[in-house]
Amino acid sequence: MPEAAVETVEKREPQTVRAAEKFEPNIVAFCCHYCAFAAADLAGVMRLQYPANTKIIRIPCTGKIDIIYLLRAFEKGADGVFVAGCLEGNCHFMKGNIVARKRVEYTKKLIKDVGIEPERLEMYNLSSAMGPRFAEIAREFTSKIKEIGPSPLRPKRAG
Amino acid sequence: MIVGERKPVGEIWGMIKGFRKVLVFGCNTCVAVCFAGGEKEVGILASQIRMKAKQENVDMLVIEGAIERQCEHEFIAAAKDQIESADCVLSIACGAGIQFTGEDFPHKIILPGLNTTGINVVEQNGVFAERCQSCGDCVLHLTGGVCPISRCSKSILNGPCGGSHDGKCEVNPEIPCGWQLIYDRLKLQGRLEILDEVIPAKDWRPSRDGGPRKIIREDLQE
Repeated sequence: MPEAAVETVEKREPQTVRAAEKFEPNIVAFCCHYCAFAAADLAGVMRLQYPANTKIIRIPCTGKIDIIYLLRAFEKGADGVFVAGCLEGNCHFMKGNIVARKRVEYTKKLIKDVGIEPERLEMYNLSSAMGPRFAEIAREFTSKIKEIGPSPLRPKRAG
Repeated sequence: MIVGERKPVGEIWGMIKGFRKVLVFGCNTCVAVCFAGGEKEVGILASQIRMKAKQENVDMLVIEGAIERQCEHEFIAAAKDQIESADCVLSIACGAGIQFTGEDFPHKIILPGLNTTGINVVEQNGVFAERCQSCGDCVLHLTGGVCPISRCSKSILNGPCGGSHDGKCEVNPEIPCGWQLIYDRLKLQGRLEILDEVIPAKDWRPSRDGGPRKIIREDLQE
């Protein structure tokens, strides 16, 4: 580790450092069968590295996303949730990804109402050929959630 | 249909936070069609409440239920066990449904989770606009089928007033002037002469001025 980095880490509160290091977020990704899931598959075939925090749930189309799926994911302990569908204009079912985006936006308001940061929920669009992009999204989103911290719904540790 | 809007979670939380077991109770008729109080919305609200309770460290069990209509005894009776088992019922039916559930279970605390706003139409997906105020004395035959009571901000019977500008209402430029709509419709139908006749002052007794209204159909009574 470079000397400057050691210094920065030591300067921080030891507890904060430990918590930040320990925190491995639970991330649920609802991926459409035709694009995002295929992209995730491609990322695997290409042996691209991305954090193991992302648990993928395959759905036939992001248009299948219901508000309650997203809410339940948070309720059951997800620290972050993202929905990934086809590129806009390229949805296999014409406009499933367009309605999904609207639902995601609406659900952001619903979680904000109960004190959960709306940034914990995002919508992404990518094609089935974009394996590297999928890995990038998984990395980006995981580090964002790490920055935000554990979900307020996680049981608080005593002390 | 009767439409309403879900109350903010903060307001709902203020009502229910003291209860251990809460039934979120929906109505699958009018308010379900406007995506405010049906079974699906019960699921959403219940989930929100559970998340809120967890964060507030409140030990609360939230159960979900919905019936076809909270304005009829038979349907309410079907939910008896669920209602009896809860400490309070958070109903997201219209005001009529909330009250009627309370009438059938007077010993139970029934709380409103929805603000009932009116009798609306689905102008387009996601847009619910008011068309009737249930005034009890319809005048649509005199106004080309456009209601001056609900579509004119002042509910005037012989309009338009001086606040009508370019077909819009002075109250809000996004509201079309009700009387402009009436004029346009009658013009389209070639029946503008109807407007020559002055509509006399309205008898508001069939509306709310005569007190709570009731319709009795003896032929239907048992």
